[in-house]
Amino acid sequence: MITLTIDGQRVEAEEGQTILEAAKAAGIRIPTLCHLEGLSPRGSCRLCLVEVKNWNGKLVPACATPAQDGMEVVASSERLRNLRRMILELLFAERNHICAICPSNGHCELQDLACELGMDVVHFPYRFPGLKVDASHQRFVYDPNRCVLCGRCVRACSEVEGAMTLGFSGRGVYTLVEADLGGPWGASETCTGCGKCVQACPTGALVERGKATAEQEKRPQLVAEVTERRPRVQD
Amino acid sequence: MSKIKLATVWFSGCSGCHMSFLDLDERLVELAQKVEVVYSPLVDIKEFPDGVDVTLVEGAVGNTEQLKMLQEIRRKTKILVALGDCAVTGNVPSMRNPIPREDVLRAVYGEGEVPGLEEGEVPRLLPRALPLAMVVPVDGFIHGCPPPADRIWKFIRKLLSGEAPVLAGEDLRFG
Repeated sequence: MITLTIDGQRVEAEEGQTILEAAKAAGIRIPTLCHLEGLSPRGSCRLCLVEVKNWNGKLVPACATPAQDGMEVVASSERLRNLRRMILELLFAERNHICAICPSNGHCELQDLACELGMDVVHFPYRFPGLKVDASHQRFVYDPNRCVLCGRCVRACSEVEGAMTLGFSGRGVYTLVEADLGGPWGASETCTGCGKCVQACPTGALVERGKATAEQEKRPQLVAEVTERRPRVQD
Repeated sequence: MSKIKLATVWFSGCSGCHMSFLDLDERLVELAQKVEVVYSPLVDIKEFPDGVDVTLVEGAVGNTEQLKMLQEIRRKTKILVALGDCAVTGNVPSMRNPIPREDVLRAVYGEGEVPGLEEGEVPRLLPRALPLAMVVPVDGFIHGCPPPADRIWKFIRKLLSGEAPVLAGEDLRFG
C-alpha cells in the first residue's frame, strides 16, 4: 500500500493506482471529462489537474498520474478552480454548444461541468466554426459542433470493440473525429455499428439517429461493465 | 425608499425569457411594490431613459440597431443582466454565425431586394449574432432556454436584497 494526502486527508492507494482512483476511493471529487473507467487514461482535457505540493506545486492530470508514496496532492484550491474554469470556457468557446437544441440537453457531462465549476459566462470570444454534421450512418449521427475532442469514442472503438474505425484527423481546434480514412461514416467498412462510441461520448457529439432535443440519455458506465471492471447494473 | 428602476429589453430572441418573466405570477405583485418598470416591451415607453438601476436583456445582439441600443443601455444602466441563453451564449440565433450573412438573408427573402442586407428601414444584420458579453461588460447572468421563473425570481430577490446577484450550481444549467 501507498500512503499519500489529498487536500490534507490521508489516503491509501494500491501500487499502480492513479491519483484520481485514490481520490475516488476516498470520496474526494475531482472533475473529469476525457477520463472514462474502462478506457486507457489520456489526460487530454486537463480538467482533472491537481497540484503536487512536494513537487513545487507542479500541475499533473490526476487521471494519468500514478499515486506515489508521500505525495501531497491539492485537489481543490483557488488556482485549480480558476484553471479548470478557464479550460471549460475554452471548450465552450471552441465549438457550437447550443444546449437548447441538443439531444443530450440535460444528460450532458459538459453541461454538468458548467454547473459544477460555476461557469456563468465565457470570457473568450466564441469561434462559431461551421462544421459539417455526418448523418450518413444507419444508426448514429456525429455532430462535430458538439465535440470536445476527449477521444472517448476513439478509445472505446479501438480498445473495447477492437474495430479501430474512429480516429482523429487534423490538429488543434481543427481536429475532427473521422471514420476509417475520412469520408462518410456510413460508408465505413470497419464500423460494426456497436454504438459504444455513442455511449462513451460525454456530450451530444455522438447520438442515436432520431433522438430529438433532450432525448438522448447515455450509459457511459457500459464501457466499464463490458470490460468487466464493474458488475453490470440492470436498469 | 424610492423604487428601483427596472428595464427589460428584447433583442434577437423568441420572447420566451419575457414569457418566463411573466410566469413569476403572483410574485409580480411583490415585485411591482419594489420596482418601477421604466422601459420594456411590456410597457409603452419609446425612449430608453437615463439612470436605470437594473436592465434585463433577452436575446443575442443580431443587428446594428441592437448593437447601438446595447451600448446606450450600458451607458444608462447600473446593473446589466443577460437574461437567458441567447444573451449569455448566443444560443439559437448564433446558429447562423458560420453561414455568410447574405446567404442567410437570401435563404429567407429570396432574390432581389433583401431587408437587412444594407442599412435601411430595417437595420443591417450583423455578420454574427453575439452574446452580450462579447459587446459590453455584463454584470449578471441568468441561464436557461428559457430560464425557469423560479431561477429569475431567485436572481431578482438577490438583487433586491443587495446581495451579489450570482447564481450557482443547478441554476447555471444551460438549455
